[in-house]
Amino acid sequence: MIAAGLSNLGVLAQIAEFTPLDTPEVQWAALLPLLILAGGGVVLLTVSSLVKAMAAPGVNAAATVLVGLASIIACVPVWQRVQDPERGPFTAVGGVIGIDGFSILATGLIAASVILAALLLDDYLRREDIDGVEMYALLLLSASGGVIMASANDLIVMFLGLEALSIAIYVMAAMHRRRIESQEAGFKYFIVGAFSSAFFLYGIAMVYGATGSTNLVEIATFLANNLLLRNGVLMLGMALLLVGFGFKVSAVPFQGWTPDVYQGAPTPVTAFMASAVKVAAFAGLIRVFYLALGTYSLDWKPAIYALAVLSMIIGATFAVVQTDVKRMMAYSSISHAGFVLVAVQAGTEKGVTAAIFYLTSYVFMVAGSFGVISLVGRRGDAAHSLDDYRGLSRSRPGLALAFTVFLLAQAGVPLTSGFVAKFNVIAAAVDARSFWLALIAMLASVIAAVLYLKIIVAMYLTGDDAEADDSVAGPKVSIPLPAAAAIGIAIVATLAIGVLPGYLFEVAGDAVPVLIALP
Amino acid sequence: MLLTNFLMLSSILFCIGVYGVLARRNAVMVLMSIELILNAVNINLVAFGTIHGSISGHVFALFIIAVAAAEVGVGLAMVLLIYRNRSSIDLDDVDLLKG
Amino acid sequence: MLDLVWLIPALPLAGFLTLLVLGRRLGEPMAGWLATAAMGGSFLATVAVFLGLLDRPGDDRFFNQVLFEWVPAGNLSVDAGFLVDPLSITMALFITGVATLIHLYSVGYMHGDPNFSKFFLYLNLFAASMLVLVLGDNMLMTFLGWEGVGTCSYLLVSFWFTSEANASAGKKAFVTNRIGDWGFMVAMFLTFATIGSLSYADLISSSMSGEIAAVTATGIALLLLVGAAGKSAQLPLFVWLPDAMAGPTPVSALIHAATMVTAGVYLFVRVNPVVAAAYDWVPDVIAWVGVLTALVAATIAVAQNDIKKVLAYSTISQLGFMFFAIGSGAYVAAIFHVITHAFFKALLFLGSGSVIHGMHDEQDMRRMGGLRRFMPITGATFIVGWLAIAGVPPFSGFWSKDEILLYAWADSKAIWALGSIAALLTAFYMSRQVFMVFFGEPRWNEALPVAAAAPGGNPDAEVEPESEDVAPAEVDEHPEHHVEDPHESPWTMTLPLVVLAGAAIVAGGLNLPFTPDLHFLGHWLEPSLFGNEAHVDATTGTKVFVAGFSVVLALAGVALAALVYLQRRFDSAVIEQRAFAEGWWIDSTFARVVAGPGRQLFDLAAWFDRTIIDGAVNGVASGVRVGGTALRTLQTGYVRTYALAVGLGAVVVGAWFLTRASF
Repeated sequence: MIAAGLSNLGVLAQIAEFTPLDTPEVQWAALLPLLILAGGGVVLLTVSSLVKAMAAPGVNAAATVLVGLASIIACVPVWQRVQDPERGPFTAVGGVIGIDGFSILATGLIAASVILAALLLDDYLRREDIDGVEMYALLLLSASGGVIMASANDLIVMFLGLEALSIAIYVMAAMHRRRIESQEAGFKYFIVGAFSSAFFLYGIAMVYGATGSTNLVEIATFLANNLLLRNGVLMLGMALLLVGFGFKVSAVPFQGWTPDVYQGAPTPVTAFMASAVKVAAFAGLIRVFYLALGTYSLDWKPAIYALAVLSMIIGATFAVVQTDVKRMMAYSSISHAGFVLVAVQAGTEKGVTAAIFYLTSYVFMVAGSFGVISLVGRRGDAAHSLDDYRGLSRSRPGLALAFTVFLLAQAGVPLTSGFVAKFNVIAAAVDARSFWLALIAMLASVIAAVLYLKIIVAMYLTGDDAEADDSVAGPKVSIPLPAAAAIGIAIVATLAIGVLPGYLFEVAGDAVPVLIALP
Repeated sequence: MLLTNFLMLSSILFCIGVYGVLARRNAVMVLMSIELILNAVNINLVAFGTIHGSISGHVFALFIIAVAAAEVGVGLAMVLLIYRNRSSIDLDDVDLLKG
Repeated sequence: MLDLVWLIPALPLAGFLTLLVLGRRLGEPMAGWLATAAMGGSFLATVAVFLGLLDRPGDDRFFNQVLFEWVPAGNLSVDAGFLVDPLSITMALFITGVATLIHLYSVGYMHGDPNFSKFFLYLNLFAASMLVLVLGDNMLMTFLGWEGVGTCSYLLVSFWFTSEANASAGKKAFVTNRIGDWGFMVAMFLTFATIGSLSYADLISSSMSGEIAAVTATGIALLLLVGAAGKSAQLPLFVWLPDAMAGPTPVSALIHAATMVTAGVYLFVRVNPVVAAAYDWVPDVIAWVGVLTALVAATIAVAQNDIKKVLAYSTISQLGFMFFAIGSGAYVAAIFHVITHAFFKALLFLGSGSVIHGMHDEQDMRRMGGLRRFMPITGATFIVGWLAIAGVPPFSGFWSKDEILLYAWADSKAIWALGSIAALLTAFYMSRQVFMVFFGEPRWNEALPVAAAAPGGNPDAEVEPESEDVAPAEVDEHPEHHVEDPHESPWTMTLPLVVLAGAAIVAGGLNLPFTPDLHFLGHWLEPSLFGNEAHVDATTGTKVFVAGFSVVLALAGVALAALVYLQRRFDSAVIEQRAFAEGWWIDSTFARVVAGPGRQLFDLAAWFDRTIIDGAVNGVASGVRVGGTALRTLQTGYVRTYALAVGLGAVVVGAWFLTRASF
């Protein structure tokens, strides 16, 4: 027995000698923003189950905000390293994670969404009697999934990021146990989500079959160097990948879940979904289509063109007829996705810059909007109809003003971030000679303006005389400090980007993604 | 020839899975149909991996199996949650949110 | 001194910010005085810049102040900057001047309003936006102001509305203006795509160098026409302006008469080289849009009974004059008319506000009369405004309108003829208004209570085209109300009236036609027009004929109105029965001509306005709504439907990609 064991050991030693495990070099420092988010989630969950003091109100939220801040701070040195012309972008884990300006900016945006969502969640969870820490842990884990997705340099890793992001969100959407709509939202999101990620996977398999690799760089090199005589498999793969991304960014016709889920989910979670998930999904979309499949842009551009047109028009049109503000915002987010697709469709560096700019502006205005909605929803998270907003300018002028700013920004009124974002997108489309698309984009923004106006009118007009007594007072909304801070941050960002967009434009220009091969 | 056979099998499985998701109203059956699609993907990946002589197809298939397990775990938990509230796992009963 | 240009919009903006923070604390009347002071400061700054510009030699009157790089767009960028040239500073001068007066007037007019400070907050923001619009050195800055004035207009029109149903006027303004904005936006991007810049300097230089092809220039000009038609209330987008009269009167005077609505005119004068570079028929399109607007609006004005509605349609009509001036190449005359119109129309609006104020919120002219005696200052100044707009020399309106008609004569006789008819109607409906409101004095003392008690038996009611806007019941209520004397308004309201009346009398001196030396405005604006002003080689005889003809038209309009509305009252009350009947005969004849088939025509125009054009505007909105509602059923709430949509989408996307595939 012993001898046999020894000889076994010898065999093992021999195997180890002959085929040494090829462990890739890991750039831990560059992964720090991601590790902070993921580790923060795990640690938070562990510590709070062991330490009683964590149950005190606000502690979990504060911890989450700190984790988010730490992640953003950790981004700074990496950004500097990437922007250093002598060093430039690099890969972190054996070529599967790409660290470039794009991934760092996306990380920063996702971390910012985490901070905003955590600030909104703090009071929300107490108000709705939802048990504390799981939500924050899921938030952080989901965010880390988003970061992985945005920095993936390999389709396998991108899929893992996508699933980490999604599974956590499914649960978060269903977290409000006393609200049956919340469960319904989580459930619906899960069914359609799992369905479309199956499509996405099938697409990956097809692309892998056609090119022989899942690595984005290798795919791009292969496609650039080989003229495929029979590219049916590749085409089908691209189509299915587009379906998967189209679902995640909620582009028409893959948008069916969006209004239901946005409406049903706890509002701070919706804020996170609308901001972070969109950023991650668009980051993945841009990486795969703009970088890896750029050679075939003539084939995918028309498809994205069609998705963009449908999303902008249908999103805006549906939104106009809604009476539920949360649902309106859901449809308007579909319309916004259409705008980003317009920029992606340009397929140029300018287009990608415009898309990044748009996403950055959008994160703040949408998180702010849902922040206001979360407060006006009050206990039960149900007061979302237009009537609930009547007279808000009387009872809470500050909140009404804040919402007005966000809505004007979404409508694209000058001096807000939304205007410059839309301007850049349309300029990119014009630059890429997509004149009709630019025209349609402008038309859609005109239709959408009616929708934002509807809400503003509801807030500033007090209602018919019959119910004057009731509505002059306006809804009694309490504004907790953390939520006010979140809305304040979003306002400052929205106005600052609108008045001085030059800085963000520079950053967005530096954040155009690049293909990073292993050295 | 060999590859085509695998691709045929996988696409048939894929179509059955899609049909199941669209036609079945029982949530558990829908989950199983999604599993079917994922397995179709696995067959594809392994077949392509073998043809290309690269390992990443096989590795990817393993990843998918693991992720699918996690996904089904969450999915079943949600089905349970819905069942406890409504005593039904018929997908068409879940239609509070619409319009 | 030109460096001070940033102060011009900055002062009202500072006023706006101060009021935003401190508005409620300042309260009445401090908030109003603060806002007025900000505007006055802005006016002084404008004068300083004007003097600085005057100091420079004629060909060097361009000054560009770049504040910062605003929108970076790739290797090109858009700056936030101001362009000081004769055109922009002319606009700024009268905008700040009129705005200061209207701010002052509002201090009195808004007295006691619970939202006193908010009103001035909006007013200051409006002024700042308007100044950015005219001073901006690129299309994007103009667009910023363009959107800003639109928003303020919307807020101010809805100022007194508390319920959503009543806010439909504001909504209509919003929708039509968005159509216009869309035209502007597309024009902007077309410019950007063609020359890679949005600055006026680049646009003008590349238009003149022929860098912009005629077809592109045509596109830009036509799109700008859509934008200008929305903002300046031209056919068919003028529907919002009459409805916008629901706002407080100073708002109507400032925004919907003097400044904002002339933005379209300003825009075309600013980009005149583009129009010159476009195909030949583009100016004709502009001219026809203008003259048809002038005519249609004038006919509608004849059939109105609301004192402000008459002025609203009159404004549309006058804007039409400015547009056909542009179409005829009479840029100087267009700006000239913008200025004179700003004075006399602001005067008329403020006067009507004073009347409404004095009459305790009565707006129906059929319930007024003889107010001249009770409100002497208002009456006198209103009469000055009336003579100015009617085109009676030597009041300012005559000079500007005559110049427009002269250019139209040289350009196209048809446009001149239609414009002349519009001018005749202008004199007619304005006289009608003045006679109904301020004259008919004996009836005021004796007959009005009777008339009010039995309006059905009153000749008035039969001759007057009945406006559907005023329900008969409204006419009947409070018959005793007006017997209480209307009172003259406080000095804060009458002082602006007097100043504006003075301006309305003498503003014609800016550009007198007698000798070339007297073309002050023409010489002053020359650097901004790049020789695109049309040259009229008319003989003195032609000039005298055109001028004489327009004087005849003006007097004929006044006389006709006097026959119908003044003489009859005189007859009916004092002269014996026979002459009374005689007066009736005139009336009924006229009623048969003007108020018979003629009135049908006016009513038709009003009906067309209400049904077709309003319908089209509402149709766009309701089309979106109907479409959305119909499609909503697709959003079934069944998760399997969504999965099906994903599946079908995948099939379609897959099919597309497979058509691109090679096997």
